[in-house]
Amino acid sequence: MGKFIKKGKGGTPEINTASLPDIVFMILMFFMVSTSMRKGDRLVNVKLPAATEIAKLERKDLSSYIYIGTPSQQYQNQFGTDARIQLNDSFKNIDDIRDFIASERETLSESDRQFMTVSLKIDENTKMGIVTDVKQSLRRCSALKIMYAARQGDK
Amino acid sequence: MASKKTPSINGGSLADIAFLMLIFFLMVTTMDSEKGLSRRLPPMPDKNQKVEDIKVNRRNIIEVKISRRDMVFAGEDYITDAGQLEQIVKNFLTNPTNDPALPNKVEQDIKGFGKCMVSKGVISLQNDRGTSYKKYMEVQNILVKTINDIRDEFSRVHFGKKYADLDEDTQSIIRKCVPQQISESEPLEVGKKSRR
Repeated sequence: MGKFIKKGKGGTPEINTASLPDIVFMILMFFMVSTSMRKGDRLVNVKLPAATEIAKLERKDLSSYIYIGTPSQQYQNQFGTDARIQLNDSFKNIDDIRDFIASERETLSESDRQFMTVSLKIDENTKMGIVTDVKQSLRRCSALKIMYAARQGDK
Repeated sequence: MASKKTPSINGGSLADIAFLMLIFFLMVTTMDSEKGLSRRLPPMPDKNQKVEDIKVNRRNIIEVKISRRDMVFAGEDYITDAGQLEQIVKNFLTNPTNDPALPNKVEQDIKGFGKCMVSKGVISLQNDRGTSYKKYMEVQNILVKTINDIRDEFSRVHFGKKYADLDEDTQSIIRKCVPQQISESEPLEVGKKSRR
């Protein structure tokens, strides 16, 4: 029964890892294509409201973001727990929106400016008062294309 | 000529490098997709311009109000559930019986389709400062859903397909036949503030 005698030492044979880099590169490519760079830190808590009839934003690069929500834990003793506006990386007031929109507009090319969309990322527990104020100041600087960001809800 | 064999390069670390880059991209990028309800705000009225009361026929406007306590009213009715609001808005926009109390329809010549009865109805959405954003979005969503339902029905009748399955040109025809007229009216409180 010499056929069944194990040759050499036991132990698992070496796995060929030559294709491992290829696989990892493939995953890497997937992530590079499907994700976008993180833009700054989020200072406010935002839980988007659910909606079913949502549409995708056509041009991501033409959008600017306004976050509204309660400040995160570490900022609460400084800014309180009332809903605040976050533009770029800091807490701002209603009056700062005009400058924000103007500077965002500057970064776009002349032909793209009319397509600029302001994406409003607002926490679902926010009161409409502050939202209305923001909308009014957006109207005042004629940034009329807006989008209420929402997450996919079930039907 | 003696062929000189190039020594094989050790590719063992290639996987490590790729992993490193993968981890880097996982950390610095986000995957959150940008989705939401698109709206167009009405332009700010000119200050010198006299505030003209927009004389839209009363029958063409339905007021959907959300109160401070998140109660929804459509016209005069207190709305208790989403289906009810959907029903009222749908009836308002389609006006199947040509009720004189509901919006009139105007025949319009739409390019690529022909004559079509287009409803003149406008939904006016009003809210209080104390309304929660969640409720506001919920109502917005119902309104959009209702209009999408009407569009779906329209495209089934005329094109035999769902609205979403049609091509871009046909969709824009339907968008003209069944317009989405949601007006976010000026809140009363803001008028007070701007005078300050």
